[in-house]
Amino acid sequence: MSKFAKKKDGEVPAVSTASLPDIVFMLLFFFMTVTVMKDSSLKVENVLPNASEVKKLEKKDRVIYIYVGKPTREYEKTFGTEPKIQLNDKFASPSEVGDYILMERAKKPQEIQNVLTTALKVDKNASMGLISDIKQELRKVNALKVNYTTYEGDAFNNLQ
Amino acid sequence: MARRAGAPEVSAGSMADIAFLLLIFFLVTTTIETDAGLDRMLPPMEPPTEAPPIIKQKNIFTVNINRNGQLLVEDEILSIDKLREKAMAFLDNGGAPSGSPDYCSYCKGKRNAESSDNPTKAIISLKNDRETKYSTYITVQNELVGAYNDLRNREAKRKYGKDYVAMEAEYLNPETDDSVKEELKEKVQTIQGLFPQKLSEAETSSE
Repeated sequence: MSKFAKKKDGEVPAVSTASLPDIVFMLLFFFMTVTVMKDSSLKVENVLPNASEVKKLEKKDRVIYIYVGKPTREYEKTFGTEPKIQLNDKFASPSEVGDYILMERAKKPQEIQNVLTTALKVDKNASMGLISDIKQELRKVNALKVNYTTYEGDAFNNLQ
Repeated sequence: MARRAGAPEVSAGSMADIAFLLLIFFLVTTTIETDAGLDRMLPPMEPPTEAPPIIKQKNIFTVNINRNGQLLVEDEILSIDKLREKAMAFLDNGGAPSGSPDYCSYCKGKRNAESSDNPTKAIISLKNDRETKYSTYITVQNELVGAYNDLRNREAKRKYGKDYVAMEAEYLNPETDDSVKEELKEKVQTIQGLFPQKLSEAETSSE
């Protein structure tokens, strides 16, 4: 009966941890693929206001982003402290918004070109003048669906 | 030279630690953010020749925000936390007398003849200054959308026993089943028909 020879005492069989890295790598790859790196770095301050009656923006591919806010400190010298519009990676004037929207719209597949939303990510300290200019430009290019992106929260916190 | 018995086993124990480290890094940096915000439709550019439709003054609820963030609602100064209440009273008024085509059977308001006839006729007009702060504007927008949502919730609860906001969120969720969506669509549209969101934004004044 040598096949069933008794094991020596005092030796705990080691649990094989060889597959542990595989499992962890699997998780790792999941998070690596899910992570979305920001495609444009923010050059403006962007603290959004709060609102409670929000709707989620589903379907990322149908959204065009426009950022508005004060230039961050490193750009303050060149661009001043007045709120500016950021399109993709550069500062722009309100008159360029229309062209930008048309350009972005042309990049999208034909079937969703009519259902695009423009997400306005506007810093809470910006003034409405600039926003009105943007809205006018959006109306000119018939991009009527807008979403004022906000944080979820009590809207009255904005007033403080 | 001593002969080794088979290849020596490389210790893989620390491999897990390294992978965990990376995992934790990505876990922390990941922001699976879903943007949320207030959805609005801008009015289309009107051809300049077209005359604007004539709307009775009592069906318009004017909200004016000045540069200091103060509100002028229906020619009276109003604090912003009363706005929702006031807007709801206006929308839900149902001032048209019973028997007239505009009569609102589901309104629970005061039925003041001086205020809006019917929620489907009622228009909220929002005006702001160029110097108005964006955060104030969003608060006002939020309150006005909130007024609509509260009224829609009330009707949805009465008709279907469910919140309108919840129904709409489910309807817009891409993971919802098509058959469920079809059913929700009808309900959502019915409620929207009862209280259509008529929020007009005039161009900003510069003074």
